[in-house]
Amino acid sequence: MTEPAAIVFERVSVARGGPPILNGVDLTLERGETVALVGRSGAGKSTILKLVNRLLTPDAGRILVSGRPTTEWDPYDLRRNVGYVLQEIALFPHMSIAENIAVVPRLRGWDEGKVTARVRELLELTGLGGSDFAIRRPHELSGGQRQRVGVARALAADPPILLMDEPFGALDPMTRREMHEQLRRIQEQVRKTILIVTHDMGEAFAMGSRVGVLADGALAALDTPRAIARSEDPRVKGLLAPLFEATAALQGGAP
Amino acid sequence: MRLIAFWRSHAAELAALLGQHVFLVGVSTLAAVLIGVPIGLLAAKRPRLGAPVVWLANVAQTIPSLAMFGFLLPLPFVGGLGARVAITVLVLYALLPIIRTTVAGMRSIDASLVEAGLALGMTPGQLFRRVELPLALPSIVAGIRVATVIGVGTATIAAAVGAGGLGEYIFRGLSMVEPTVILAGAVPAALLALTFDGGLMLLERGIRRAIESGGSRRVRTIAIAGVLAMAAAAGVAVAIMRPDADVIRVGSKNFTEQIVLGELLAQTIERQTDLKVERRLNLGGTFICDQALRSGDIDLYVEYSGTALTAVFHQPVETDPSRVLDAIRQRYAQAGLTLLEPLGFENTFAILVRGQDAASLKLTTIGDAAGPARNWRAGFGYEFLQRADGYPGLAKAYGLQFGSPPRAMDLSLIYRALADRQVDLIAGDATSGLIDAYGLTMLKDDRRYFPPYDAVPVARRGMLLAHPQVKDALATLAGKVTVADMRRMNRAVDAEHQEPAAVVRAFLQARPR
Repeated sequence: MTEPAAIVFERVSVARGGPPILNGVDLTLERGETVALVGRSGAGKSTILKLVNRLLTPDAGRILVSGRPTTEWDPYDLRRNVGYVLQEIALFPHMSIAENIAVVPRLRGWDEGKVTARVRELLELTGLGGSDFAIRRPHELSGGQRQRVGVARALAADPPILLMDEPFGALDPMTRREMHEQLRRIQEQVRKTILIVTHDMGEAFAMGSRVGVLADGALAALDTPRAIARSEDPRVKGLLAPLFEATAALQGGAP
Repeated sequence: MRLIAFWRSHAAELAALLGQHVFLVGVSTLAAVLIGVPIGLLAAKRPRLGAPVVWLANVAQTIPSLAMFGFLLPLPFVGGLGARVAITVLVLYALLPIIRTTVAGMRSIDASLVEAGLALGMTPGQLFRRVELPLALPSIVAGIRVATVIGVGTATIAAAVGAGGLGEYIFRGLSMVEPTVILAGAVPAALLALTFDGGLMLLERGIRRAIESGGSRRVRTIAIAGVLAMAAAAGVAVAIMRPDADVIRVGSKNFTEQIVLGELLAQTIERQTDLKVERRLNLGGTFICDQALRSGDIDLYVEYSGTALTAVFHQPVETDPSRVLDAIRQRYAQAGLTLLEPLGFENTFAILVRGQDAASLKLTTIGDAAGPARNWRAGFGYEFLQRADGYPGLAKAYGLQFGSPPRAMDLSLIYRALADRQVDLIAGDATSGLIDAYGLTMLKDDRRYFPPYDAVPVARRGMLLAHPQVKDALATLAGKVTVADMRRMNRAVDAEHQEPAAVVRAFLQARPR
C-alpha cells in the first residue's frame, strides 16, 4: 500500500458570504515535494493555506492532510502537525527567541530538556547558532534574522508539513536570495512537504519543484518551473512579464 | 510647625485613620480588579455584550461621589453606614478606568499575533494565557494605577458616612474652620496617593521590562507579586481596624455643635457606665444620621425637635414646642426609636447679618431686612435651601426678595463668607460660637416663622432595653445645657480651636454630678 499524499484539495470552493474566493480547486502535494503557488493580491493564496490547517473550512469540497479530511482532525492536533510561517512573521514580543521557538514543543508537552536541545538544534539549522540569539528579544533582530526564527518556530515540533505565506516578502533582494538558498539546504536535510504562496514568480521558481498559478479562484496552471515559463496562458504570462522585463533589461541595457 | 505638633499629639489616631484609608482603597481596588478585568476582557472579546457594561461604568463615573453615597445609603447589603457603603462606592469609581484599559490593552494586540497563536495550535485558553494576557497586562496595570489614585481621593469623602479614613480630619477641619486639621488629613492623603502611584508605576515598569526582555515566567512572577503585595497591604489594614462588637455607637451630624453634643453623649455614657462607646461623629446631614439610626449603624444622636418634625417626618410646621415633642415622640416610637429628654437649649435657625449693617441700617427683626435685601445676596446651607421650614417658607413669611439667587454654601464656611462680605445675609445656628467671634447680629423672628428646635437625643429602643444604664446616664443631662453653655462650647471649638473632647470634659467637670 502506498503512503497517502501529504495534502489533497478535492474540488474546494470558498465564498465566505461574498463572491467566490476559490472555485473548485483540485491540488495534490506528494510527500516531500515543494509546491509554490503564485497569484496576485486577493487571488486566494492565504485562504489556501488556512484551509490546510483548518483556520478556515471550505464551503464545498474537502481537504485531506496525511489522508485524513481536516474536519476529522482535532484542530489543535492538526495545527501542531502543520508548521506555519506567517506573512507578518508575528514573533511574540514578550518571549525570547528560544521561547518563541519552543511554543509548539511546549504545547505538545515535551519535557524541558528535550525542548532546550531542540531549540539549539533549530538555531544551528537556521544559521542563528553562533551568538546569544536564544536569549534575545524579537525587536533586537534584523528582518532576515526574524524570518529565520519564524521558520525555526514552524519547524520546532518537526511537523511533516510546512506552510509558508509570503515568507520573505518584507526582505531586501539580497537577503531574500540568501533565505531561498538556506531554505533549500534545510529542505535537503529535513525533507518536509512544503506549500508556499507568493506573488513573486521569481521566488516561486527559486523555491518550487512545481509551481502553480492561481487566478480567478482556480488553478490556471500547475507544472514544473520550466513548463510554466513557456506557458502561453495569458493569466500565467501576466505574472511572468515582470520577470522577463528584468531579464531583458539586464541583457539589452536600459530600455 | 502646628501641623507636625498636631500629628505628634494625634499619632495613634492618625495611624488608625491612615490604616482605614489604606484598607478602603486596597479592598475596593482589589475588588474592582477582580470584577473589572474579567468584564474588560469580555467586552474586548464580545463588543456587543461589553459595550453596555462599559457605558454603565461611564455613567457611574459621572455621578458625584456624595450623591452616590446618598443613593446607596438606604439599600440593603451594600448600604448603611461605615466601610461597606464606602467600599461599594469606591469599587464603582474604580471600575471604569480598569475596564477601559483592559479593553484597550486587549484591542492593542496585533491581530497577526493572535493568528500566529492559533496557527501554532494554541487553544483559546492557551492563547489567552500565553499571548493575550501578558501583552495586555501593562495597560491593565496602568488602569489599576489610575483607579487607585482616584480611590485615595474619593476615600476622603468616606468619612461623611462614618467609614473613617483621612477624610475625618478634612471634614473635622472644615467644620472647625481650622486649616491645620484639614491639612493633617489632606497631606497624608496626597502622600498616600503618590506612594500608591509610585509603587504601581514600578510594578507596571517591571512588567513592561519583563515583557520586553522576554520571559513570560517573569511577567507572571511580577504580576503575582504585585497582587500579593496589594492583598498584604489590605490585610495589614484590616488588622489595624479591628471592629468592636458590643459597644454603644454615638453619631452626630457634620457641624461643630453636633460634634460637641456627640462628645457630650459619649463622655456621659463613659463616665456613668462601664460600656464602651464608639464615636461616629461628623456624619453627613439629617438624612444620613436618621438612616444610620434606623439601620442600626448608630445607636443614638442628638436631633432638633423642629427638624425631626419637618425634615424627618415631613409634617407641617408647628410652633408649640411641647406639641412638637409629643408629635415626634409618637412617630419615633413607631419606628422603634425612643425620644429622650430635651437637653435644655434650643438651636433655632438664626438669620444673621454683619453687626455694622445691623447698626447702620437699624435692623432688629427679619422683617426689617426686606428692604435692603433687594440689593443683597444671601448664603444658605444646602438643607436650608431645600427644607419646607427653610428658605422658601421664610421668603414667603417675610416677603424677602434678594437681588440675586441665594448661594448654596457649606455650613462651615457660611459665617466667614458673611464676615468677608461675600454674602450679606445668612441662615446660621443660633448657638454658633462664630456669631460672637465675627461680630454678627441675629435678626429676631418676630413673626414666629421658625418652629422650635429643642435639642433632644434619639436612641434605638433595643439598645436602651439591653443597656438601661444608658438611659439613666443620659437622664442626668436633661435640661442641663443652656443656650449660653452651648454657644460657649461652640466658640471654644470654632474660634479658640480647642478639641471638642476637651471642651466637653471641662463642661462636665465644672458641674456637679
